[in-house]
Amino acid sequence: MIGADAMIKCLEAEGVTTVFGYPGVAICPFYNSILESRIRTILVRTEQNAAHAASGVSRVTGKPGVCAVTSGPGATNVITGIATAFADSIPLICITGQVNSELLGSDVFQEADITGAVESFVKYSYLVKDVNDIPRVFKEAFHIANTGRKGPVLIDVPIDVQNALISKFKYPEEVSLRTYKPTVKGHAVQIRKVAAQLEKAKRPLICAGGGVLLSEAQEELRRFAETHGVPVVSTMMGIGVMPTDHPLYYGMVGNNGKPYANRAMNESDMLIMVGARVADRAVNQPDLITKDKVLVHIDVDPAEIGKNAGPTIPLVGDAKCIFEDFAREEFTCSCKEWISTLDDYRHKLAKKRIPDPAYVDPAEFITRLTDHMEETGVYVADVGQNQIWSCGYAKVKKGKFLTTGGMGTMGYSIPAAMGVKTAVPERQVVAVCGDGSFQMSMMELATMCQHDIPVKIVVLKNNFLGMVRQFQHFTYKDHYSVVDLSGSPDLEKLSQAYGIPFLRLTDMEKCDETIEAFLREDASMLLECVIDPMDLV
Amino acid sequence: MKKRIYSVLVENRSGVLGKVAGLFARRCFNIDSLAVGETDDRTVSCMTIVSSGDERTIEQIEKQLNKKLDVIKVKTFAERQCITRELMLIKIKYNKNNRREIMELCEIMKAQIVDMSKHFMMIQICDEPEKIKLMINMLQTISIVEVARTGTLALCKCSENDESR
Repeated sequence: MIGADAMIKCLEAEGVTTVFGYPGVAICPFYNSILESRIRTILVRTEQNAAHAASGVSRVTGKPGVCAVTSGPGATNVITGIATAFADSIPLICITGQVNSELLGSDVFQEADITGAVESFVKYSYLVKDVNDIPRVFKEAFHIANTGRKGPVLIDVPIDVQNALISKFKYPEEVSLRTYKPTVKGHAVQIRKVAAQLEKAKRPLICAGGGVLLSEAQEELRRFAETHGVPVVSTMMGIGVMPTDHPLYYGMVGNNGKPYANRAMNESDMLIMVGARVADRAVNQPDLITKDKVLVHIDVDPAEIGKNAGPTIPLVGDAKCIFEDFAREEFTCSCKEWISTLDDYRHKLAKKRIPDPAYVDPAEFITRLTDHMEETGVYVADVGQNQIWSCGYAKVKKGKFLTTGGMGTMGYSIPAAMGVKTAVPERQVVAVCGDGSFQMSMMELATMCQHDIPVKIVVLKNNFLGMVRQFQHFTYKDHYSVVDLSGSPDLEKLSQAYGIPFLRLTDMEKCDETIEAFLREDASMLLECVIDPMDLV
Repeated sequence: MKKRIYSVLVENRSGVLGKVAGLFARRCFNIDSLAVGETDDRTVSCMTIVSSGDERTIEQIEKQLNKKLDVIKVKTFAERQCITRELMLIKIKYNKNNRREIMELCEIMKAQIVDMSKHFMMIQICDEPEKIKLMINMLQTISIVEVARTGTLALCKCSENDESR
């Protein structure tokens, strides 16, 4: 058995079913050995999308997605995908081929110091120099990626190590890392403090972030909210912690959030931030959430607590575990008055849009699209104005809403949706992007065709980089610079070229029937929606 | 701005120094001084980092260091809580008129002359960082050729609560 065989055995031992990647000489031993395995290989059309696709897998399975690329440019191309996963705390295993270990440091063909280059975007990285380290390294990598604050782990394996004979293969059952023991269980004293405080609170509020989804604590959180009648808002990464139409859910907070969600944050007297970083997009002024209120900050990463806002009650641990402990605490919380105030705000502060009837109204379209989608469907939003509309108007039922809130990487939705569809083929998967973000990943239409991955794609087309155009509209008084997308291809012809069925919606008249046709079959389809280029989120 | 000393036990592997130094650079934390060496356990190195910042920064440095998977343990203390030492080698040019003066200075400062030639001498001093600075100031009036310093080393003062490993 050689190192490459061992790498595959490790992936099998971890239950990996799909590897996304792009080969090159330095990773060829790995791709040769994988032919003997039942692991599915998917050839993406650029390495960055291998990482995004792996991210999609992680986010619906709870297990790290895997991508494998070659050395040098293959490895450097994947960095944006890794950084995206890092910012969103998505577990990922990224395998990179490397030049012969004897030649390391001599700047040979396709050599890049990838472990050095990704240092600030990975949870950890390995450069494997001894073939016998492979089982331990893989075991540790999967453990590190998917525990504590989750994140990407990179394993760089020189080609000679992949080809070297391994003396004995044994996949370790346990990891022993003296430096890594994440706190899972919340401190009992702190948990009691939160319960005692909730008893006193008149206007408590939970603000849930992506950490709740990562620890799969949605059920526990919802039950807690329902038992005690505590209202919930979410950050962008937290969308989906509660069904959108749940009476206790008041939407997304932040610059682009619901006005009533922000109002709820400001007026609450006790705010429970859970699995959220308190970053600028969700909380513009961190000092406001500590002013005249008790701030409870729950996070598995102790470094997040106190980084942007100093909490009254810090609570380190896994969200699921902590909400299970909360459920055992006995206390009563009475905030009926607060709920009716919030319902009133929800009614009064709802944003009224005045769409131009000559175009598709993205807000109304997205609402109807998600109305028509299956209950367990997965909605993947890209980045740009389309993301803000998606966050504001998509209805999440029992499915998932995925987007990159941390890094905001354009082009994320199509590859991520591909990853999702390969992991849960029985579920409906829709990627919604703008014409800018679509063109950043449109090469993946070939991947979808080649590997029969029936992802549905909506392109909200306005011939502009809408989010930047909007920024230039407000900040530079319509002094537009480098935001015009003229020269974009005819999407109908493009779809034809790939053999993907195409639909176009130019106004709201045939909206419902078009959506029905779009969703009817479990097949790839591209739906172009012509939207008002001057629309604002 | 507060001064803070971090005594960081790390895995003795290649690349760890870069990761720790990179963390300080990326998060805009100061490094006033950095000293690294193996401990009694060959698999463990000790990094002594002197940094400064406001309350929140000082706390973040400790937390971010603890997040690094190659970091085994972070101990942090204020200057008064520990014994600090720094070693300096300093080469100067002398002549027969100031030789006597230099020797007296070395005696007062508890420094040693460790090497000599006809016109040059090398002085070694091991003391608290403040004393090292003072020594440099004193020698500046003569003629400094080269200076090499270790950076601050520090260990928490002895207490009965110390546990043996």
